[in-house]
Amino acid sequence: MAVVETRDLTKVFKEGQVGAVNNVNLETREGEFLVFLGPSGSGKTTLLRMVAGLETPTSGEILIGGQVVNDLSPRERRIAMVFQSYALYPHLSVYKNIAFPLKAQNVKKELHKEKVEWAASLLGIGALLDRKPRELSGGERQRVALARAIVREPAVFLLDEPLSNLDAKLRASAREELERFHRRVGTTTIYVTHDQVEAMAMGDRVMVLNKGVVRQIGTPTDVYDNPADTFVATFLGSPPMNLAEFGDLIVGFRPEHFRPVSTVIDAAVPFRFKVENIEYLGSEWIVSGTLAGGKLEGKKVFSRLSSAQNLQLGATYDFAVPQFHLKFFDRSSEKRAEPKAVSWQ
Amino acid sequence: MAIARNKIKSLGAAQSPLLGAAMFSPAVLYILLLVGGPFLLAIFYAFSDARIGSTEMHFVGLENFRSILQSPSFRVAIRNSFIFTICSQIIVIVGANILAISLEKTFRGRGIIRFLILLPWVAPIALGAIGWKWILDSIYSVITWVLVAAHMYKPFSAPMWLGEPRLAIASVLLVHSWRLMPFSTVILLAGRTAIPKDIPEAAAVDGAGFWRTQLQIVIPMMRPIISVAVLFGLIFTFTDMTVVYILTAGGPFDSTQTLPSLAFALGIQGSDLAAGAAISLFLVPLLVILAYFMLRLAHRAEVT
Amino acid sequence: MAKGISRRIWGKVVHVVVLATFTILLAFPFYWMLITSFKQNVDLYTMENNPFIFNAKPTLDHLKFLFTETRFVRWLGNTAFVGVIVVVITLLLAVPAAYALARLSGRWGERLGIGIFLTYLVPPTLLFIPLSRVVAYLGLQDSLWALILVYPTFTVPFSIWLLMGFFKSIPKELEDAAMVDGLTRFGAFVKLVIPISVSGILTVVIFTFTLVTQEFVYALTFISSESNQMIGTGIPIFLVRGDVYYWGALMAACLIASLPIAFMYNLFLDRFIAGFTVGAVK
Repeated sequence: MAVVETRDLTKVFKEGQVGAVNNVNLETREGEFLVFLGPSGSGKTTLLRMVAGLETPTSGEILIGGQVVNDLSPRERRIAMVFQSYALYPHLSVYKNIAFPLKAQNVKKELHKEKVEWAASLLGIGALLDRKPRELSGGERQRVALARAIVREPAVFLLDEPLSNLDAKLRASAREELERFHRRVGTTTIYVTHDQVEAMAMGDRVMVLNKGVVRQIGTPTDVYDNPADTFVATFLGSPPMNLAEFGDLIVGFRPEHFRPVSTVIDAAVPFRFKVENIEYLGSEWIVSGTLAGGKLEGKKVFSRLSSAQNLQLGATYDFAVPQFHLKFFDRSSEKRAEPKAVSWQ
Repeated sequence: MAIARNKIKSLGAAQSPLLGAAMFSPAVLYILLLVGGPFLLAIFYAFSDARIGSTEMHFVGLENFRSILQSPSFRVAIRNSFIFTICSQIIVIVGANILAISLEKTFRGRGIIRFLILLPWVAPIALGAIGWKWILDSIYSVITWVLVAAHMYKPFSAPMWLGEPRLAIASVLLVHSWRLMPFSTVILLAGRTAIPKDIPEAAAVDGAGFWRTQLQIVIPMMRPIISVAVLFGLIFTFTDMTVVYILTAGGPFDSTQTLPSLAFALGIQGSDLAAGAAISLFLVPLLVILAYFMLRLAHRAEVT
Repeated sequence: MAKGISRRIWGKVVHVVVLATFTILLAFPFYWMLITSFKQNVDLYTMENNPFIFNAKPTLDHLKFLFTETRFVRWLGNTAFVGVIVVVITLLLAVPAAYALARLSGRWGERLGIGIFLTYLVPPTLLFIPLSRVVAYLGLQDSLWALILVYPTFTVPFSIWLLMGFFKSIPKELEDAAMVDGLTRFGAFVKLVIPISVSGILTVVIFTFTLVTQEFVYALTFISSESNQMIGTGIPIFLVRGDVYYWGALMAACLIASLPIAFMYNLFLDRFIAGFTVGAVK
């Protein structure tokens, strides 16, 4: 039985306008870490909020633990949520923040201490219980928010971009803490983000959304290596997949698969590549330029190389893409299509 | 650019103290002369026998205070000042919170409603009070008419809203609360909109129902702004003489006098400036206390 | 499905009832003023008549009386006169002071700001007695100039707070850039800051004016003759002839005096709140 399920879930904010969420169907798997990934405006937060009960759907059903919850208020749904800002109650101590859900659900007072201390120790914040939120660092606040979420032992965790407010350095360590936390606790988690790196790193499965429609659900490998359409193909991966129109098809190949001919062993499709910009990022090089000759003349493409020492700006080189790394999409529907033999020349 | 910056700093720094002083001295001087000076004068008069129309004045020590403290109307005035101030404040804080909750979300016609509920505060006090005087008139009161029509009273036997001491006190209390309600509501509303949207949502997800969210989360978070509304409300009501003057002129039989209205009655109408000054000085202790709390509030706001 | 809907409907009903109750309680006196203004005396002073309806035809008599046989128009003029001059004085005193306090951060500025704030706690009902002597001494009794002299004592502190908050929100870099371009600090103030602050200054103008119209104690104490009254005092006192209250005209006057102020207030309400809550809400 899926912990969270939606059936044809739709949310329209203004009549006559396109919905923020359109006919979304999803089923979580027990204990998984599911990521809602998409650009801003894709409906991922609206979807999360509907699962939480903070927005009412226009149509469709939401099920938690097999039960239709459309009419239930958030408090009745056995969910816990961590907001982007953490939403810690500023006038309450950390202890009282964590205890609040217990108080609100009329858990016996004698049990509060035990549960709060359990949640606090799970997140290593036992020493902070007497402090107020304004005295805590960003990472500590995240841990308090998680403790508050776990103390009720909910069926689902909902996290709304909790890492976006942290600075870059802190983000990496906070991300790792979240992953460890999930492994330890094992509760089904839905995580919303626009950052595809986070999605790939953390997700057991990733659900890619755009304009309120689910483009693909799959493991990180699925969405990266076998994108269902051009949106998914270009949203994941930085720099994005190179796409070129070719007849009634769109052909794509990832920058890391676009390399000098000499380094490619397998059967490959050759290209002439004129280098126009080289960026050295320390761990790799990003080379951008245009294709030369043939039907794709002038098309801007990116390449990711571990070394670009021999490349000169303005010069043209022989590059190639291994055949099995080429992805094909139907030009009109933008969806994945069968590979076809194509000739560029 | 860095050199220019430093140059400005030295220019600015050299000019600022003098220029700054020049810019605020007129205001400071004016206030010292027209507030500080008269304040000291009031203290001076309280220890004298100054009267309107007479230029003679002698020092009489604590005589004024002694006779005031013995006068029954003074004791009533102090009692009333506190009753009106505190009771109206309680009514207003509860009412304003409820009203602010109702006005928080936008809805059609909110602008008009806001205009209507602001009227008691924006209209000149005297005019609102006169309006109430007509509504509470002993013969033609609309309230009386409704009660008679509902057969709760026989015609001509309805209570005199401003004529019986207890009812008069209630009426004054009513008008004070009525006038203050919009002010507090609007301030509380501003405070509510300053609360981040996700806090009440987090409380909802945590399992709190409407009342628990309001009483345990939202309102405690509004403490600074509630304090502002309360402190100003207390000052406005405590120092007001208009409502009493218009509605009852202190009557019936001095039963609705307050410190300010009594000061006016004795000091200006009775020409006894000294007595008036002495009575109005009794406002100072509470004002000092309120000032202390205001400063603490401002200081705490700077710190956090 | 039903449970959710019924809960929402119930919530809406309560919401409407609460709002209606408060609105009626707060706005009713003004509605009453409106009706009374147009009711014939015969209708008003007959006890048996239902006061909520017009038992006789509505009349403009009270308005006519108000405008032709009382000094109402003169009082409006007096109030406007005092208002305008007090606004000018307030701006002259408060705008530079607020700027100096906003830009002079540090002990000095804070202390003075607090000092000015504290003047608000010395109310007119304390100062009116000594001030009546001062006014008499200056020979200004029964003159509008007495009010013009004294009103800035409460309009200036409030205006300084309002403007301080406003000036503080203007980035310092703007003036720095102007000074690099050759303006003196005062020049930057006059040529740059003031034009930017037009809306803040306008707010001060509106609120000063409304404070002037609402004031009662000083107007009552210093002015005695009928023709020199302000509307706040003239209406309650001089529209009563002997012991007879001309309620129809009285209510009309109240309404006419209150509504324009109400409109202006509403337009600038948010700034007004900011003035009071400066510091307490951040």
